[in-house]
This record gives sequence, C-alpha cells and structure tokens, in this order.
Amino acid sequence: MPSFVITEKCDGCKALDKTACQYICPNDLMVLDPVKKKAYNQEPDQCWECFNCVKICPQQAIEVRHYADIMPLGSSTFPLRGTDNIMWTIKFRDQKTVKRFKFPIRTTPEGSIDVFKGKTIPSNLADLKKPGFFTGPARTE
Amino acid sequence: MALEREFCKWSFCQKPPVETVETDLLIVGGGMAACGAAVEAAAWAKPAGLKIKLVDKAALDRSGAVAMGLSAINTFIGPENKVDDYVRYVRQDLMGIVREDLIHSLGCHVDQTVYDFQEWGLPIWQKDKEGHTVDGQVARDEGLPMLKDGGQCCRSGRWQCMINGESYKVIVAEAAKNAIGMDNIYERVFIVKLLTDKNNPNRVCGAIGFSVREQKAFVFKCKAMIIACGGVVNVFRPRSVQEGQGRAWYPVWNAGSTYAMPAEIGAKMVLMENRFVPTRFKDGYGPVGAWFLFFKAQATNAYNEDAMTRNKAQLQADYPGYADAPGTCLRNHVQMIEIKEGRGPILMHTDKAMADLAKVLSKKELKHLEAEAWEDFLDMSISAASLWASLNIEPDKKPSEIMPSEPYLLASHAGCAGLWVSGPSKGYLGAPDDWFWGYDRMTTVEGLFTAGDGVGASGHKFSSGSHAEGRMAAKGALAFILDHKDDKLEPGQNIDELLAEIYLPFEIYEKYKDYTTAPEINPNYLLPRQVQARLQKLMDEYCAGCSANYTTNKVMLEIGLDRLTLLKEDAQRMAARDLHELMRAWENYHRILAGEAHLRHILFREESRYPGYYYRSDFLKIDDEKWKVFTISQYDKSKNEWKFETKPYVQLVK
Repeated sequence: MPSFVITEKCDGCKALDKTACQYICPNDLMVLDPVKKKAYNQEPDQCWECFNCVKICPQQAIEVRHYADIMPLGSSTFPLRGTDNIMWTIKFRDQKTVKRFKFPIRTTPEGSIDVFKGKTIPSNLADLKKPGFFTGPARTE
Repeated sequence: MALEREFCKWSFCQKPPVETVETDLLIVGGGMAACGAAVEAAAWAKPAGLKIKLVDKAALDRSGAVAMGLSAINTFIGPENKVDDYVRYVRQDLMGIVREDLIHSLGCHVDQTVYDFQEWGLPIWQKDKEGHTVDGQVARDEGLPMLKDGGQCCRSGRWQCMINGESYKVIVAEAAKNAIGMDNIYERVFIVKLLTDKNNPNRVCGAIGFSVREQKAFVFKCKAMIIACGGVVNVFRPRSVQEGQGRAWYPVWNAGSTYAMPAEIGAKMVLMENRFVPTRFKDGYGPVGAWFLFFKAQATNAYNEDAMTRNKAQLQADYPGYADAPGTCLRNHVQMIEIKEGRGPILMHTDKAMADLAKVLSKKELKHLEAEAWEDFLDMSISAASLWASLNIEPDKKPSEIMPSEPYLLASHAGCAGLWVSGPSKGYLGAPDDWFWGYDRMTTVEGLFTAGDGVGASGHKFSSGSHAEGRMAAKGALAFILDHKDDKLEPGQNIDELLAEIYLPFEIYEKYKDYTTAPEINPNYLLPRQVQARLQKLMDEYCAGCSANYTTNKVMLEIGLDRLTLLKEDAQRMAARDLHELMRAWENYHRILAGEAHLRHILFREESRYPGYYYRSDFLKIDDEKWKVFTISQYDKSKNEWKFETKPYVQLVK
C-alpha cells in the first residue's frame, strides 16, 4: 500500500493532541486503529503519494512502498523535512546507487508571516471595484 | 427507476447535531484560490466590519493541488513581458475561444501575488550578477534584490520561473491563516450542497455539509460565497490499475465540487467540453515542462524522429490557422498519431539533454544541474523520482517514456472548463455588455463567486494566477456584500430534509447491511468505490477516454448518457459505513454531475475543437464558421433538464 506505517515505530502520537498523519493527509486516508493505537492507510488506491504523512510523522514511522501495479520493489525515497530545508535520500533498486539532495523550503521563520506588516489597510471601500490588491497596485497596460 | 426511492427517517442512523455558522463571506475550499481570497478579503473586511469564514474538507497546510509542492511558478508576467502577449499565448493554447477580459485582468494582477509569495518566504530561483542561477535561499543570503525591486527570476519558459517549492502551500496557507485567524477556519468539513434564498432562488445564501471527524452537520449562512474547490479528477478510468489509481496527475481528491454544487443551483457553465490531457512522464506523472524548456530535452518516437516535425505538414493541412504555433492539445495530437500508428513509445531524451549541457558546464555546475532535475520531481511529483529509482534509471544516462494521460477537467492549467462569470468592469477592453453583470468573477447566481479552476473560458493561471484570481473574487464578493447590506436572506431549502438526504447513505447501509453475508455485495445499495468505478468505465468508453483513443461520436455519447442517467438514479442508493465513506459518496455524486456536464457539452459541440484532448469522429474538423463560440449550459435540478445556448467569441486583444 502506498504509504505504510512501521508497527514498531508508530506510537499513535499519544503524546500529541492529535494524530499527525491523520491531521495532515489531504485525502483523509490515515486513521488510528482504536484498539492497536497504530495508524494505517485505509484506502491505499486513493493515495497520491504526496509524502505529507511521511514528512510530518514525529517518529519517522511512515514510508512509501510505491504503487504495486507500476513499481518494482527495493528502491526507497525518504525525506527529512526541517524548518528551512528538506533532505532527500533516494536509494535505487540496485541497492548501490544512492542520491542525496538538500533543498531550501522557506526563507522566513515558520509561523512568522504577517500579510499586513508594512502594508496600508485600505480605507476607501469604493476601491473594491477598482483594480489592485492591498499589497500593491495592478499593472496598467 | 428500478428500486424504490429511500428516505432517511433516522430509524437506523442517528441524527447529527447541527452547528449553524453566520458570516458575511463564506469561502468554500482551501487551495491556492481560496487562500488568496482569504488574504485579500481579510484586509478589506477590517474597515468594512465584515466577517469571513473558510471551510476546507482537508487541512489548510496541505490541501488543494499544491499539497505536495511545486517546482515552478508558471504564471509570472514580469517586467520583460506585456500582458497583451500573455493573453495571446493563452488564446492560442486554448484554440481561440477564451474570455480575454478575464485573462487580461488576471495578467495585470498576478505579478503582485508572486511578489507577496517571495516576501512571505517562498524561495524563488534568481539570476545573480554574473547571470548564474542561484536557488531561492542563496538569493536571499547573497542579498540579491527581491523580484519587486527589480531582481531577476530564473525563467524556465517565457512565463515560468523556477522555485524551491516543497513548502509552497504551507507558506500560502500560513499567510491565509494568520490573516483571517484559525477561529474562522473550519477544517475537515465537507460541503455537499449550496443554499439559496427562499424569495430569490437565484441568490446564494449558504451551504450545508458535515464534519468528516465527528457526527456533526454544519449549516453556513452567508451574504456572498466564493467557491474554489479545484477541478475534476477520477471521472475517467485512469491508465493505472489498482493502487496506481492514486497517482493521478492532478490531485486525486479534486471531486468536481466547484462545478457540481453551483450547477445544482442553476449557475451557468461554459466550455465544459474542454478538458486537459497532460502528456507526462509515463506512470509517475513527473512534469515535462522543465525538461522541455529549461534542460532543452527533445522527445522522439521509437525511431528517433520528432513527432512535430514528422507530422507538421499534416497538421497544417488538417487544422489551418492553428498549426503554426500549436497549442498543448495539438502537441498531444502529433504524439497520439505516433502512438496510434505504432511508432511509440515517445521518449524524453533526458540523457542527451544532460550530455549537451555537460559540454558547456563545469563539474560543479553539472552536479547542481542534476540536483535541479531531481528537485523538479521531488517538489511536486515524488513518485516520478521513485519510479526512476525503482527502475534503476539515472536520467543523465537513460531516456524515459512520456505518455498522454487520462482526461481532467479544470480551468487553471492548459484547460478552460468552468463557470460563466462576470468580467471585471463594464466594457473592459471593449468587452460586450453581457460579459459584465456588476461584480468581478461573480457567477450567474447572485452572490456566488469563483476563482482558479472555477472560472471557465480562461486558463493558464496555474498556482499564482489562481491565488491572484481568488483575491480578485474576494474584492468582488465584498463589494457585492456592501451593496446588499440590507438584504434579509432565508434558505428556501428545508434544512431537515437536506440533512436526511446527506446522511441517507448511512441509513441505507444500516438498514440493509445484514441482508447479505458480505457487506460489499448487496442488491440494495452501492458503495462509493463501486459508483466511481462505473462512472470511470462509462466515461472512458463512451466519452472519449484513453481506452477509446480519446474518440467518440453522437451514438456513443447517447449510449453513455443513458448509462450515466441510470448511474445518477443509482446514486440515490449509495451506502456509507463511516464518515470517510460518506464524504466519498458525495464526492462521487459531484463527479457524476461534472461528468454529465462534460458529456453533454461534447455532444452539443459538433466539431473537434481540441484535437489531442478529444475527437468527435463524426465532426473531425475545427469548424470556426459555426463553432467559434462559447457553449453555455444551465442545469435545472427540479426538472432534471439541461439547456444550452451559445454566445459569440469576441477578440479584445488583437
């Protein structure tokens, strides 16, 4: 199944107020087994392999075994997402070729965005019917 | 109908408590357009004293088409380009029938939204003083000027710029969250239907849906609404089977809600026959844009021939006037010829492109280039990178197959299916009077606005344009609210009846589940995945899907419509075992309506306007004399009837 949860590593996010993978999955696929207290992907054929559950899991308990109808076994793609960059490790099926990449993900601290900072809040509501955004004018041509 | 209609009497499932939320503006959706709407509305709502609520079926950080990230911003006009040229490019790509007032006004606004993205923290690749490419973080570290101050982005094509976009959506969502406040955001609530005023059925006044996390329904009451829930995915049988179905090119959770819910209250739709068939790296659906435009790779058939070169003369003979600068559909068309005639596969020569670049680059630059090639996939289509790894393909050593995919309906990429909306102002660029009815991006239903994939007859907005269009729609919606301050609105629908309808799949399941020994096989109901499978198969076979070589005709379409009509009846017998399946059930109901609009529009337009997206084999030509028109449909739910009209296309930019 596309994203899978490693039994031994998943702690059901018991120390958190919500199950991280269940919170983030855009397609509502990750659920917590109420008895085992472990998460699982309830609808693997609807998984986009967006890796958001993999990236968010605090235990690194989630990985992806790619679509069985397409991909041979044995390779792996694993991200480590920090606050300002992401590191990818890609291992080929041949078990020899390994690629490592690090890319920036944002240039400002997490949570710091204030869209009103340094901007003038519009005061003339008649401008609603004119071009332009509160952060800057529209091009005129 | 074969089976007697069921009604939920709350005999087998529990009636949920209802939370009623009153607001001025309601934003339905959580992607780029919705987040843009939230940010812009927040600024103007303050002085106006208006309330805003946003409702998203997922978590805002990672909802919508940019959930995985993106490797490029595909619409940035920039100081070196003219907005008129952007309009010409979109018109050419969408085969000549577009609303140029919508495209031009979007082009005038989109750059500001890109400037804001960079300010909020999105790393945008730039050119340094020596003209070298640096990533978005290095650009900041080196103190290069921001784009708004004259900094140069790194173009991959004329309108595209490269980004480090893994957290693109997280950043855009954070801006929206901090602007309107988490108290005003309802996550994991799926909206099923829109509400209209009891005195004016053509006026939206709210929406009804349910929590996907607890047994609880929501009724939102509003003065105006922006609906922006993306396009339509998985209406057609995909090329993949089983697990791979999830690897749709566009997000698998886009269920056509943007089209279906407005259609049900009578909003007019335009060019719903249009679709997008992306040619992508086979199976993994990695993007091809950067390979073609940035790495200058070539794609050839099995015999090393370029599909366009080989078929250019034929293209010119078949589609005069459209072949000189062929749009996306015609570029598909020539590849489809090669595949159909047995000269496939189409191979993207990543290896040759890299070898050519190696001749002119230093070792360090080449290493960076390799990372860029992988990042292009890892930022937005991770499985495509994994596919290389699983097949032991190093792109600098071996070419990869590319392939046209299953069809998608949308209006933000190289497609323009959507709702018929008002332009920005009266006579904009000389637009006809009936292209404007008071408020920018308002649908034909009063108070109902849309953006991004929702706005039809315009395309090539991509992520940045969708965000900008959400902001434009927000201003239109707030202006509407201020002009209609004293309106007293009351839903014309009976809320209890709607709740019974929404939760009917629970009632049906509980009522019948013990009749058989296996809950998946029961003559009294269909589970959501069974509804979806039937829809995908019939759309694929009768409505020009991949297995039919994207080809159909009147007789095929009519059989398809008969089958679709029966499916629509059977949708009244959907069953759901839990809240997740209840969402799936209604998503698939939205898909059925969006699919029906698509099929009926293809039936109506008696020509092949978009060769390479689909073919009417009974009308193979492009017929400008009769069909260079907007096709507009309106659904009357009470009678279950569709009405069609056409409006002439008018060129505003010469």
